[in-house]
Amino acid sequence: MLETSSAFKENATGAMADAGLQKALARAKPQFAKKRLAAVDKLPEFEELRDVAKGIKNHAIAHLDYYLETYAAAVERAGGHVHWCSTADDARAAVLRICRDAGARTVTKGKSMVTEEIALNDYLEANGVTPVETDLGEYILQLRHEPPSHIIGPAFHLNREDWEETFRKYHTDLPVDRIFHERRDILTEARAKLREKFLTADVGITGANFLIAETGSSVIVTNEGNGDLTQTLPRVHVVVTGIEKVVPTIEDTLALLRVLARSATGQDMSVYTTFSTGGRRVGDPDGPEDYHVVLLDNGRSGMVGTQFQDMLRCIRCAACMNHCPVYGAVGGHAYGSTYPGPMGAVLTPMLVGIENAALLPNASTFCGKCESVCPVKIPLPNLMRHWREREFERHFSPPGMRYGLGFWAFFAKRPALYRLGTRAASLALSFFGRKRGFFAKLPLAGGWTGSKNFPAPEGDTFFAQYAARRRAT
Amino acid sequence: MTREAILGAIRRGLKRGPLPLDQQAMLAGRTSMHPRHIIPARGQLDLAGRITLFTEYVEREFGTVDRLASLNDVPDAVTRYLALQNLPPAIVISPHPTLQSLPFGTRPMLDIRFGVSGPGDLVSLQHAFAGIAETGTLMLPSGPTRPTSNNLLPDNALVVLMADRIAASYEDAFDWLRERGGMPRNVMLVTGPSRSADIEQTLELGAHGPRRLHIMIVDGEG
Repeated sequence: MLETSSAFKENATGAMADAGLQKALARAKPQFAKKRLAAVDKLPEFEELRDVAKGIKNHAIAHLDYYLETYAAAVERAGGHVHWCSTADDARAAVLRICRDAGARTVTKGKSMVTEEIALNDYLEANGVTPVETDLGEYILQLRHEPPSHIIGPAFHLNREDWEETFRKYHTDLPVDRIFHERRDILTEARAKLREKFLTADVGITGANFLIAETGSSVIVTNEGNGDLTQTLPRVHVVVTGIEKVVPTIEDTLALLRVLARSATGQDMSVYTTFSTGGRRVGDPDGPEDYHVVLLDNGRSGMVGTQFQDMLRCIRCAACMNHCPVYGAVGGHAYGSTYPGPMGAVLTPMLVGIENAALLPNASTFCGKCESVCPVKIPLPNLMRHWREREFERHFSPPGMRYGLGFWAFFAKRPALYRLGTRAASLALSFFGRKRGFFAKLPLAGGWTGSKNFPAPEGDTFFAQYAARRRAT
Repeated sequence: MTREAILGAIRRGLKRGPLPLDQQAMLAGRTSMHPRHIIPARGQLDLAGRITLFTEYVEREFGTVDRLASLNDVPDAVTRYLALQNLPPAIVISPHPTLQSLPFGTRPMLDIRFGVSGPGDLVSLQHAFAGIAETGTLMLPSGPTRPTSNNLLPDNALVVLMADRIAASYEDAFDWLRERGGMPRNVMLVTGPSRSADIEQTLELGAHGPRRLHIMIVDGEG
C-alpha cells in the first residue's frame, strides 16, 4: 500500500472528525476486549500457555536458519516448491511467474497481510492478472479501493450503510432498488458473487499463520472458509508468507493456536484451521495440482540479533490494536502503514525506515495494555521506546520537541532545582486558579487546553507534602 | 543466491555460522520427538465425558448433533434431517468405505451420489477421521475417501463421526494421523459452520462455507 505514516498527525485529526469511523470504533472497541477476556477466563492454562507460546517462537527464531532449511526440504519432499525472496519486488515477480506459468487470468485470494505489505494486487493487475479478494472484508475494500484498517477485521471501519451503498454501486447486474433487510442479505449477496470467482479462478493465493518445519505444512486460520475454497478449487495454490512464520513441529503449532484465536476474536478455535502439505496426491479426487510457497524476508532477517528481534514472535492476532487507546481513537488508516496499532508502530519503521515512520512509535500513551494482552509477550512499549531513542539520536524529531526535551533534561538532572521549579510553578498555578479551580487557557499548553480544562493544583507538591509529613512523625 | 543471502543475514544476526552438526542433531531430535506442551485439562475425560463435552462445544458454536446407536441408523437420520430443514432429498457422499456400506437401500426416495460435490450440490455427507472434545472440533484429512470439497461447497455439511474417535486434544488426533502415515495434502480442523463478523462485528453464519454443520455421533467400533 501507499505508506502515509509521515502524515500521522494530519491523518489522526481527520480520523477524529470522521463521524462514520467514530461510530464504527465506538461499536467495536468494547467488544474485542470483552470477547477475549471471556475466552481467556474459560481456559485456566491460558497464562501458562502464553509463556509456552513465547518460548516456542524464541526457540524457532534462535534457530531460524535451521528450521527454514528443514521446512523448505519438507515442502520439496511433499512435491511443493519454495521461492526465497529478499524483497517485495522479488516476491511480486515470483508470484507473477507462477501465475504466468499456469496461464492464469484470474486469481482468488484468501486474506493475507504479507500480500498487502508487498502491494501484490496492484502489481498483478498491471501485469494482466486479475486478483479477487475473497475474505468478505477484503472483498468490499477491493471494490472501494481502500486498504485494510485492521489486520484481522480489515473492513471494521465501515458501517452497514457503506456496505449497502458499495454493493449497489458495483453489483450492477442486480436490481438497484433491492432491499437489504438485514446484514445476512449483504452476506448472501457477496457469497453468491464470490462463488462464481472461486469456481473459475486458475490460481489461489493465501497467506500462512504458521509454517511447520517437521512436515512442510502451511497453516491458515479463517472463519469464513474463503481461504479453504481459495486453496482447494484452483489448479495452483500459492502461499505468500514471511520467513518468521516457521515453527518446528505440529505440537508447537497447536500450542500457538490455543492462544491465537482466543487473543484475536475471543473464539476458542477459529472455524477453519487448515494444514496444507504439497499439491494433490495420487488418488486425491480434488485439491490443487501444484503448491508453491513464496517466502519473504523484506527486512525480517535484519531484525534478528537486534533489540527488535522480539517482534519476530508476533503471530498477528491483533490483540494489541484491539486494546490500544490510540488505535481506538483514530482507527487503522491514520497510521498510514500496512500494519497499524502497536505492532505496526514497531514493525513499520523496520519495513519502510524510521525516517518515514518516526511518528508511529510516538503514537502511544505507553499505557502498557498491548504488552499485557500479547499472546507471545512482546514488550511493545519498550520496542517503541527503542525507536524513539533512535529517532532522537538521528535527529528526526522536530526542533521544538528537541529543545523542549533538552530544557526538561537540564532540570531533571538537577533534582533540587527541578523541585524548586515545579514547586514555584505549581504554587503559581494554584494561586491564579484558586477562584475557578481550573484554567481554560494556559501559555505553552494549548495542546491540553484546546480540548479540555487544565485543573488548578491544590495544596503543595508531592515532595513538599512528603517532606513535611516525615518531619511531623 | 537469495536463499543463501537470507540464511546468511539470519546467521549474522545470530552471530554464528551454520549450526554445528551436534546442535543440528539435537534440533532434529526435538523435531522427530515432537514433544507436547501443556494440554488443557478440560478435554482429559473418559469417553462419555469427551462425547458430552464435544457435543456441548459443537452446539455452542452453532452446529447441531445427533446421537445414533448404530451406522444402520444413518440413512433414517439423514432423511429426517433433510425433511426437517426443508431440503430436497439429494446428497453427495464421500466415497469412504464406512459411508459406502450404509444401508441407503432402505431409503429409495433419497437421491444419493458418491464422489466430489460441485457447485449445484446442497447437501454433503462426510466421514470424520476424528473429533476433538477440547473445542468441539472435527478433524477432516483429505484423501481418496474424503474429498475436501465436501467439507466446503454444499450449504449443508453432514458428518458421520464414530463416538470412539472423539479425542481429548488436538495432539491425540494428530498422533492418530501420524500412525496412519503422516500428513495428507490437507487437514481441516472444523469448529462449527462457516461465519463472518466482517459486517459491523456482528456474527452471521454461512459466509463462504456451509451454513449448517450437522454431526451424527455413532456409537460402536470406528
